[in-house]
Amino acid sequence: MRQGRRLFILTFLVPPLLLYAIFVISPYLQTFQIASTNWGGLTPDYQVVGLENFRRLIHDRQVWNALGHNAILLVVLPIATIGLGLFFASMLSVGGQGGRAGIRGVRGAALYRIVYFFPQVLSVALIGVLWREMYAPNSGLVNGALRAVGLGSLAHPWLGDPTLAFWAVLVVMIWSNVGFYVVLFSAAMQSIPRDIYEAAALDGAERGATLRRITIPLLWDTIQVAWVYLAIAALDGFAIFQIITDGGPGYSSDVIGLRQYSTAFGESHFGYASAMGVAMFFLTLSIVVPFLRLTRRDRIEL
Amino acid sequence: MKARIVNVFSHAVLISWAVLTAYPLIWAITSSFKDDEEILTDPWGLPSALRWQNWERAWRTAHIGQYFVNSVLVVALSLVITMLFGAMAAYVLARYTFRGSRIVYYLFVGGMMFPVFLALVPLFFVVRNLGLLGTLPGLSIVYAAYSLPFTVFFLTAFFRTLPTSVGEAALIDGVSHFGLFFRVMLPMARPGLVSVGIFNFLFHWNQYVLPIVLMQGEGAEHRWVLSQGLTALAINEGYGGDYSGLFAGVTIALLPVLLAYVIFQRQVQSGLTAGQLR
Repeated sequence: MRQGRRLFILTFLVPPLLLYAIFVISPYLQTFQIASTNWGGLTPDYQVVGLENFRRLIHDRQVWNALGHNAILLVVLPIATIGLGLFFASMLSVGGQGGRAGIRGVRGAALYRIVYFFPQVLSVALIGVLWREMYAPNSGLVNGALRAVGLGSLAHPWLGDPTLAFWAVLVVMIWSNVGFYVVLFSAAMQSIPRDIYEAAALDGAERGATLRRITIPLLWDTIQVAWVYLAIAALDGFAIFQIITDGGPGYSSDVIGLRQYSTAFGESHFGYASAMGVAMFFLTLSIVVPFLRLTRRDRIEL
Repeated sequence: MKARIVNVFSHAVLISWAVLTAYPLIWAITSSFKDDEEILTDPWGLPSALRWQNWERAWRTAHIGQYFVNSVLVVALSLVITMLFGAMAAYVLARYTFRGSRIVYYLFVGGMMFPVFLALVPLFFVVRNLGLLGTLPGLSIVYAAYSLPFTVFFLTAFFRTLPTSVGEAALIDGVSHFGLFFRVMLPMARPGLVSVGIFNFLFHWNQYVLPIVLMQGEGAEHRWVLSQGLTALAINEGYGGDYSGLFAGVTIALLPVLLAYVIFQRQVQSGLTAGQLR
């Protein structure tokens, strides 16, 4: 029996571990090694250049241009997405008319949640392609809507204008993320006892005060998780920007993920691109970890 | 009175966001039946006829059909590998203690911390050196490998919640460890397997970064997956001017996922939110 147990553990553990080691662990480790070389990819030989790639990174103006856009994303994307998500979730969960049944959600809340969640099941490719067409100057729905309500003067070639292209994609990122956080926050709000809201309503608390004083403190853990995920999305942004604008016009909507991808697979500067990946990783860690420490609050026991 | 006004206001806001979310999708579907003239001149209008030939052109001429089949094949294989390997590793790590088991567990779970972009460059060469670049099974294997951290994490927690007495009784009855896993434990773990399976399905079906890095090289465009084919179509149709074909392609990619979601919406929502709250 003991022999059978060992054989069992080995046959169940070795194949998954092997797969994982070859395709996940080894590439991660190699990245750090490649980042210290000037490898160009076309020939097998390269020199170890130490921290030279990182020095070059600090003086690379295109990298700073891209990082600037990521910094805007890092501020705007979580605030807008979490704000809208909390707003809709609290409307759906406790926004209903306070009748004899007390505090409850609005009618049709389940249907709203289904619709809001739509973008979450669609691929980033599909969302990107759809919104490229949405923003098209003549045939797009955005300008079509503006013209239909008599605001035709506001119609723009959204993606062709260097001052607007970045913001246009940012709007798509918010659009595609809000529904997920509505559902996430709604689920978390289910665990808040109704009578807290009823007591607040009896005391004459406004909706804004209820959100600020009750909902947000009680959902703090969930909001933190949401922020971490949105921050990670904001610090990459490769797929959606590549599909909708490809960083253009010019470099006006370039982001660091796109920079890394084109440095590697466009220009074959694999050493430099790996250094960007490593730098991004530590940048992400150095933003997320202090944030989690700074915003730690005592968990409120119910 | 005041409550009523507030209530009308909240419904107006909620409906506006629902329209903002759903209308672009409806617009893509209606545009897939229009001709190019209608698309270019009247974005709000309805199609004057149901032009299924747009769909046929997208499916055949633009190869969306081929990409669709490729996606199905890749995801079918990757899901089987992910679920089998994930369940095997998670089960052993959850129910057997042996030297090094905690290290192995943290090795798997630690993978959740690292973003994929950190591994992209070496991964490309690992896959190429194994001769798997631009192949469907190669892509499936990579999907599976990158899904293992979360799958192992989720299923280990799940297997730990199952009662130990059943397993002990079965072993005393002379059932082998393998038999216990396949005939007793897997059926008992079904709810957990379904949640993590839905999560992995959407993760694999919607992948974009891994295919565009790994499906390169000679003749690889015949083996592109849907997300890749769709973006290529968007870029080409922009020059070629076949807008109705593009919208038909978008619709073909859109409808199956949307339908599956509407049918299984409860499981999908809980599966995805559980995935995010790891």
